Amino acid sequence: MTAATLNAGASRSVLPAALKEAAIAAVVALALTLPFVGLRTVDSPQGLTVVTRFGEVAIAVALVFIGRLGLVLVREGYAAAVLGASIAAAVVFWLAPFPTPPLRVIALGGAGVIAIRAALKLRDMRGGAAGQQARDNRADRFAAKVQELTRWLGPLVVLFAVALPFMPFAGRSVIDIGILLLTYIMLGWGLNIIVGYAGLLDLGYVAFYAVGAYSYALLAQYFGWSFWACLPLAGVLAAMAGLMLGFPVLRLRGDYFAIVTLGFGEIIRIVLLNWYDFTGGPNGISGIPRPDFFGIADFTRNPAEGKVAFHEMFGLEFDPLQRIIFLYYLILVLALAVNFFTLRIRKLPIGRAWEALREDEIACTALGIDRTRIKLAAFSISAMWGGFAGAFFATRQGFISPESFTFLESAIILAIVVLGGMGSQVGVVVATLIVIGLPEAFRELSEYRMLAFGMGMVLIMVWRPSGLLAHREPTVLLHGGRDARRKRAAAEARA
Amino acid sequence: MEYFLQQLINGLTLGAIYGLIAIGYTMVYGIIGMINFAHGEIYMIGAFVAVIAFIVLGLAGITWAPAAIALVLLLSMAFTAVYGWTVERFAYRPLRGAPRLAPLISAIGMSILLQNYVQLLQGARVKPIPPVVQGGFTIIERADGFAVNISYLQILIILTTVALMAGFTALINGTPLGRAQRACEQDKKMAGLLGVDVDRTISLTFVMGAALAAVAGVMVTMYYGVIDFFIGFLAGVKAFTAAVLGGIGSLPGAMLGGLAIGLIEAFWSGYFSIEYKDVAAFSILVLVLIFRPTGLLGRPEIEKV
Repeated sequence: MTAATLNAGASRSVLPAALKEAAIAAVVALALTLPFVGLRTVDSPQGLTVVTRFGEVAIAVALVFIGRLGLVLVREGYAAAVLGASIAAAVVFWLAPFPTPPLRVIALGGAGVIAIRAALKLRDMRGGAAGQQARDNRADRFAAKVQELTRWLGPLVVLFAVALPFMPFAGRSVIDIGILLLTYIMLGWGLNIIVGYAGLLDLGYVAFYAVGAYSYALLAQYFGWSFWACLPLAGVLAAMAGLMLGFPVLRLRGDYFAIVTLGFGEIIRIVLLNWYDFTGGPNGISGIPRPDFFGIADFTRNPAEGKVAFHEMFGLEFDPLQRIIFLYYLILVLALAVNFFTLRIRKLPIGRAWEALREDEIACTALGIDRTRIKLAAFSISAMWGGFAGAFFATRQGFISPESFTFLESAIILAIVVLGGMGSQVGVVVATLIVIGLPEAFRELSEYRMLAFGMGMVLIMVWRPSGLLAHREPTVLLHGGRDARRKRAAAEARA
Repeated sequence: MEYFLQQLINGLTLGAIYGLIAIGYTMVYGIIGMINFAHGEIYMIGAFVAVIAFIVLGLAGITWAPAAIALVLLLSMAFTAVYGWTVERFAYRPLRGAPRLAPLISAIGMSILLQNYVQLLQGARVKPIPPVVQGGFTIIERADGFAVNISYLQILIILTTVALMAGFTALINGTPLGRAQRACEQDKKMAGLLGVDVDRTISLTFVMGAALAAVAGVMVTMYYGVIDFFIGFLAGVKAFTAAVLGGIGSLPGAMLGGLAIGLIEAFWSGYFSIEYKDVAAFSILVLVLIFRPTGLLGRPEIEKV
């Protein structure tokens, strides 16, 4: 039964039914919040004891009741009234006192969501046919537009990134954040090859990041090799690890594959943690050498015997920032290399085979594509980029330990790829700005960071399972090119 | 020999707990074909409700162990079941019919969300509680003083698990709800056409899985006496390994797999190295998935176009 018929048939009995639904939601909210919000366990001299916070529980339950009531009324067609009420409520929440700031945020957010839902409903009622499908199409068109825009915007953003260290506002902290963002963008692009193009959910990507980081750290520690010798080696070793791990597991189906990669990621981390003599165990490896200027010059004030100082070579004043800027450019080049490589390989037969495998594995096998080999290529190439990023991470931090390579890290990189839209290169950049950049900007709210992060993953999956900017442009078209499609889209829009 | 017997007892206890969690994975996988990654977190929530309930009951003066344990079990099952229901309703139901990986990603998000929710509200410190049940039997005592013990708590855990398994099997085989669940497992669309409320059946599956995970949470709280917000991840992966080992979708398989994982872990820590016991569990997961993805008691899945 649709909302319209319900509304026409039984508009009188809407309110009691809505109240009942809201009451059920409130009871559920009570059960959810009572033990966790209402009773907080705290340490006391006599052992553990509880502190009550029933005020918060009451407010939370009331908010859920009002919110559910609002949503039900929107569904039943009272969108205009609810829109007004939710905006009024938002103003009240803004001014009213709350016992804790998070409750205010939840209240305001809830009012905002209901207002948006009501506004969308109003728009749908005016526009005629609507619903999930229409919304999906709208989002698709938006994603396509963004992708077309990047053609122009992309080079500008790259130019901005190149010029960033010399902007007047760029201090040490800005460049540090830039390095952090670029590291995650590189990891996201690397993972995108396997998740976005080959369509395999890898939950253990951080393992290759760890292999790269430890390769460089150990080679530098035991043999004193320089960063520039180790960087390609780290990539090669990570790719080998990818081949070794990938070979047995690539026959598995999607979700089993995901769990096995998670298992491998954890095994590598536990081994790093417990192989005390070799990896330093939980203490990690410290004093990893910083990179020099391509082996020619050092970034220190007084370089070692037989070496030149960077600032002397170029006749500059000594500045510790020089090394940071160099690191920034290094990761920028690495990240752009991944991007360039990915965009190019998409057009090669192997890249097309990845996308074909993602869309329909059985059809691909029928067409004679060796799926294990093709997947293995995606897996090891993706691992290689992870290894490069790992070596960079090691030299930038100067210290690594298994702590940096937990499952959560894999989940963050995966979230970047998924939120941005699997297979979308721009999406990775946008998602990194959201996932890594926003928490950096709101440092004081950092305890809520992971909470919001988990919630964001769920909400985006529910709202748009293919990701924010997911738009799969076929690389090959049968009937005409871009212009023909645009004409067709315009005709559809008119119809 | 005595040492072996002691590890056997410890392993069976541990295995019973893993088996209880594994049932939740196996039922959900059987019915909607997704890995409920947040299930480990549901178990963690059960353990936290148990800690809170023990403290509140202690403050209220209910300290007679049988009454306290029964009440805590009921409370933990009830509250945790609501969490199970809510997770399904918000994170998975909107994704029915979405591509296969979407619910898995949503589940990972849910798992991170629940972990941080508990950490924020209850603090990141470990939560110790005083022992509830003490004492036990000594089965064999060797000349050099090494004794094989089975504590009352271990007996309680094993007996509770056996009782729950029996009740649960009866529920699945003999009640209308169990019949509806088996129907949905075979063909959701057809079951819906024949008048089975599919959404309700799936919701109840999550509720039941969460309640069993809550029992496991209560048991672990009493067994180890200390929990924190991060216990769900490892226990979840191990229980999932158990479900896969036993054959995912099969209830006796989940119990069998749980016992196997518990025993392997106990013997591994007893005879080899305790540091690598998690590696043992993960390696089994990898090996089983590679060489026998259908598990011990599972039916092979046919890939359809």
